[in-house]
Amino acid sequence: MSLEAKTEQQIVIKQSISHPKESKLKDFLSILMLNKAAMVGGIIILFYIFIALFAPLLAPFDPYEIKLENKLLPPSADHWMGTDDKGRDILSRILYGSRLSMGVGFAAVSFGSFFGIIFGLVAGYYGKWVDSIIMRAMDVMLAFPGILLALAIISALGPGLMNVTIAVGAFSVPLFARIVRGSTLEVKRLEYIDAIRSLGANDMTIIFKHIFPNILSPIIVQGTLRLATAILSAAGLSFLGLGAQPPSPEWGTMLSNGRDFLFSAPYIALFPGLAISILVLGFNIFGDGLRDAFDPRMKK
Amino acid sequence: MEATKEKKVLLKVEHLKQYFPVKTDSFFKPKAFVKAVDDISFQLFEGETLSIVGESGCGKSTTGRAILRLDEPTDGKVYYSGQDILHFNKKEMRKLRGELQVIFQDPFASLNPRQTVKQILNEAMAIQEVVAKPKRMDRMLELLDYVGLPPEALDRYPHEFSGGQRQRIGIARALAVNPKLIICDEAVSALDVSIQAQILNLLKKLQRQFGLTFLFISHDLSVVRHISDRVMVMYLGKVVEIADKKDLFDSPLHPYTKALLSSIPVPNPAIQRERVILKGDVPSPIDPPSGCRFHTRCPFATEKCKLEEPALRELGTNHFVSCHFAEKLAQ
Repeated sequence: MSLEAKTEQQIVIKQSISHPKESKLKDFLSILMLNKAAMVGGIIILFYIFIALFAPLLAPFDPYEIKLENKLLPPSADHWMGTDDKGRDILSRILYGSRLSMGVGFAAVSFGSFFGIIFGLVAGYYGKWVDSIIMRAMDVMLAFPGILLALAIISALGPGLMNVTIAVGAFSVPLFARIVRGSTLEVKRLEYIDAIRSLGANDMTIIFKHIFPNILSPIIVQGTLRLATAILSAAGLSFLGLGAQPPSPEWGTMLSNGRDFLFSAPYIALFPGLAISILVLGFNIFGDGLRDAFDPRMKK
Repeated sequence: MEATKEKKVLLKVEHLKQYFPVKTDSFFKPKAFVKAVDDISFQLFEGETLSIVGESGCGKSTTGRAILRLDEPTDGKVYYSGQDILHFNKKEMRKLRGELQVIFQDPFASLNPRQTVKQILNEAMAIQEVVAKPKRMDRMLELLDYVGLPPEALDRYPHEFSGGQRQRIGIARALAVNPKLIICDEAVSALDVSIQAQILNLLKKLQRQFGLTFLFISHDLSVVRHISDRVMVMYLGKVVEIADKKDLFDSPLHPYTKALLSSIPVPNPAIQRERVILKGDVPSPIDPPSGCRFHTRCPFATEKCKLEEPALRELGTNHFVSCHFAEKLAQ
């Protein structure tokens, strides 16, 4: 009830959480534009999305067509990135592979954030024993290293890209749950939540209409950063032979295939590796830029 | 206030207690409680403004929140129009919430930043189902008019308004559901003095217009003097004095009330007043003093005050005080 303390606290909360539309959106975009690294990240992401959407039009060859007479050709005017041990064009395979990697990344993060957001909102809003049960369960999941948890899930479900998506999504759940719970706790104490409660709104309305829209910024930041991890993990699992199976043009699988020719034909592994690194880098720096843009301390 | 006796009691609070558990250092230690509100009783008559005053942490806001059941009270009874609302189920409570509204302190935190004024008002009406859908637009314009905002305000977001204007939006939201009782929780404390006066006058106007009853929670005695019919003074979770405004300001009986009133600045340097300056800080509500809670700071405290808790007694018409020596001190 001490006046100064309360208002000060609430101002801080307000700045970090609530970003009303319009003018605030402009502010946000202008800060994001100023951040050169974030812009580069954004351009990289847009570039990959473009590739994934138009892969059939861009690819010069069929990514699956085996032409043994063309095997292990170094990069040339015909095959910009060379060919692999079965004579398939690596450029075409990478272009098609972007669909798989981006698809797995987005699906895994959507899956992880969906459950994470619901758990976090419920735990944060209801508190008490509900909170304890949900968050202890999340702690148990966090206690496993992510990739180990994913391995465990895949060994239970069997290999395959679908199961990789589920596994990668599952280990993202607790991260989203934690962030959402924390933000929910902050927003829950604000007076507009009391105001809407005193009007007699039910819990679902309060949670989804009044709390959720006001905690979007940390979720978006986390989602972007998580995409990088998800893509990397999915490629890693495919590299280990647990995800996409050959002849699928998945980058991790291609990398694994190129491993045998590292000295004789390094380009087989080099280009898929570069494709993964650049995309992951793009998501990471864009995510960092978003976080800075959402941070009130960056505003003048 | 000679007519008080015939007035209808709208809200009656009996032995209300609100304890909040605090974490103890050790698992084995007994649980400790912050006794934010400890056994208070009072009545609120229809159409009047009762103010609750006191220092930070005396339980003013907690009382308001407990009546609204925003926090469930630990113990006690709250009767609204004769019905015990603490035993209302969800459905009954939801219906009742239309009659019991609240205006908050911080106009920057009391409106959802992602809703336009239109959505805010519309939602209030939709939840309480007070106005049929096609008529809501007219009703919204009417509400804006009552609180002195232009119709263009409807499509704006809260951040586009000043503090005073936001408070008006908060008032419009409370009015949207046709309430009878409005709890104003430090409703003007966060505003500039000039804006405070505007909002207070608006509240008074609306009270006359709609026959509203106000429970006005404030730490600002000048504001309380301006708006109240009766005043209740709280100290450390207890009621120390309740009286008609005039009585209380002219002839306070409790030593704490006297000290509180003497802290109001008088804009005339020629007037020499007796300042009662209290020593020490407010004790912790986790472990409040025995007997009279004010005895640790009271200049007149005796042995009796340490041992015996004074009851709230009526001394003079409608003037209640909880002090063993109120009569003596009055002389």
